Amino acid sequence: MNIINLIKVSITAVAANKMRSFLSTLGIIIGVGAVIAMMSIGQGAKQNIRAELSTMGSNLLTIRPGADNGPGGVRKDPSAMQTLKLSDYQSLSQNREFVKYVSPEVMASGQVVYGNKNATTTVYGESEEYPDMKQWKVEQGVAFTQDDVRRSAKVCLVGKTVVDNLFGEGADPVGKVIRFKSIPLSIVGVLKSKGYNSWGMDQDDVIIAPFTCVMKRIAAQNYFSSINCSAVSEELSDAAMKEIQHKLRENHKIKDASGDSDDFSVRSMAEMMEAIGSTMDMVTLILGIAAGFSLLIAGIGIMNIMLVSVTERTKEIGLRMAVGATGFVISVQFLIEAIVISVTGGIFGVLLGLGASNTIMPLVGLPSVVPTWAIVLSFCICVAIGCIFGYLPARKAANMDPIEAIRHE
Amino acid sequence: MEEDRKVVIELQDVKRYFKVGSETVKALRGVSFKIHEGEFVTIQGTSGSGKSTLLNQLGCLDTPTSGEYFLDGVAVRKMSKNQRAHLRNQKIGFVFQNYNLLANTTAVENVELPLMYNSKYSARQRREAAVKALQAVGLGDRLNHKSNQMSGGQMQRVAIARALVNDPTILLADEATGNLDTRTSFEMLVLFQKLHAEGHTIIFVTHNPEIAEYASRNINLRDGMIKEDTVNTNIKSAAEALAALPLPQDD
Repeated sequence: MNIINLIKVSITAVAANKMRSFLSTLGIIIGVGAVIAMMSIGQGAKQNIRAELSTMGSNLLTIRPGADNGPGGVRKDPSAMQTLKLSDYQSLSQNREFVKYVSPEVMASGQVVYGNKNATTTVYGESEEYPDMKQWKVEQGVAFTQDDVRRSAKVCLVGKTVVDNLFGEGADPVGKVIRFKSIPLSIVGVLKSKGYNSWGMDQDDVIIAPFTCVMKRIAAQNYFSSINCSAVSEELSDAAMKEIQHKLRENHKIKDASGDSDDFSVRSMAEMMEAIGSTMDMVTLILGIAAGFSLLIAGIGIMNIMLVSVTERTKEIGLRMAVGATGFVISVQFLIEAIVISVTGGIFGVLLGLGASNTIMPLVGLPSVVPTWAIVLSFCICVAIGCIFGYLPARKAANMDPIEAIRHE
Repeated sequence: MEEDRKVVIELQDVKRYFKVGSETVKALRGVSFKIHEGEFVTIQGTSGSGKSTLLNQLGCLDTPTSGEYFLDGVAVRKMSKNQRAHLRNQKIGFVFQNYNLLANTTAVENVELPLMYNSKYSARQRREAAVKALQAVGLGDRLNHKSNQMSGGQMQRVAIARALVNDPTILLADEATGNLDTRTSFEMLVLFQKLHAEGHTIIFVTHNPEIAEYASRNINLRDGMIKEDTVNTNIKSAAEALAALPLPQDD
């Protein structure tokens, strides 16, 4: 007997018991649907976060003072936090190879006043390359220039929120002078609105001024809180990082090239995205495994129903044996029946999962991403479930004695 | 009827013992006979006479404890389970008391069943053979009726068609009229006589002595031995008996 006949026989037998077959596929449908939906949620969240990070610039590198001690609550010597100096910025700016833009950062928080209105915000001291580096468009007016930086000019760019707070919505503040901690800053441009970032910070509540101005006139400090750089491209992030480390070690007279005695740390956005990506993969995996258990239970359900089915169809098995089916052929028939049930369930489960993912994910504002491998995998799992849980009933059927089976009442 | 005709069944001192607990039940205590091609043999006996055990032997569902059984020249005793399954598929057509049709399955699909286990048949050949067999039993117009839409007589005809479809060496009927009313039983006998006339070898196991009158030979079992083996020289016509039956009355 050839396999095509066997498959036909099995499908006929499954079709002859529609209700029972449907009930046993139900578990698989729900199981596979859950696995697909969970995968979709995990991967959708991952993509969403990645997309958000890459709008911030996936080629960005951040240099922070102090050694990278990793997580932990050890309090550091304050002097260790003052290692990034003007000389570092200068050497990073010169002879750039893989580094495209450089901007040091100094921050000061406080009240900003215009006329009779005031607001609390943060002033960021940056270089003139900052808007280009962050791919942040200046919507009204212009950005400040290298000359402004050199002169420590009292000029600034403002975010939308600051404009709304001080001037009212829709006003044109270019050319107006605001005061931050009594220092007058002339507005040269307004930054395009970016909205809130994924951890809920209003990215438009900022004032960007030349770092020289903020260092000298506002914060009165001679060190940077960080230096931001961007690599020529995301792929060259690692090379740019090496370039930065090399220059800074030279500046700081650190001979150890292993990085253990560095008094600064460099983090790249690419690295961060990778870390977040692998975290989300882990989350996806855990969700998938949780959903996978429902597949296991569905498999046990199939085994139950197949065992009942074998007992109920003892007479049919006896007849098949009497007309020439060998035990092996009978066992293959029942195995195929189990696989037909589980694979049919798998197909509908994939459809259910896709449907659920396409309806639910947009509701929570995430993209619906069902990886192809997840579909292929759940399909293979279905076949495996059919084989594993169909085996016991199939063996039971194969071992029947045709004489007893055919007279079974 | 001695004979230049081919011997299709030969039993040589076949014994079949079963162990039940510490006791040995001797179901067949040494049975020998030959059946030639084209015979219509009834095997009779009361319950416990060993006729079911003999049927299992003849049908290659079981093997003798001792003695030899040759089916169409093939020695069955030493065959494995799988070899016997193939032998049944090729050489034996079973008709059971309870029809044993597959539920929710059409007549033609039921008849195709034995051929499904024979890789020599293509789907088209299978269908053709099944249709031919159904026509032979007078169900050419009910090919696609499902088993639960048919009467007992029709179901038994489907079962007979299924037994004929592989063109078997012997047709083995086990109480084939046991579940049918008198009229339908006679219709079945008419069919069996017709098949006999066409040259089929039929072995009909029954406890109903009446049926022996329509067969060409009768083997009577008692306590696992042959009590009688007689040739029926005066074969009654089932068709005449059917015609003589009072018409069914509507009341």
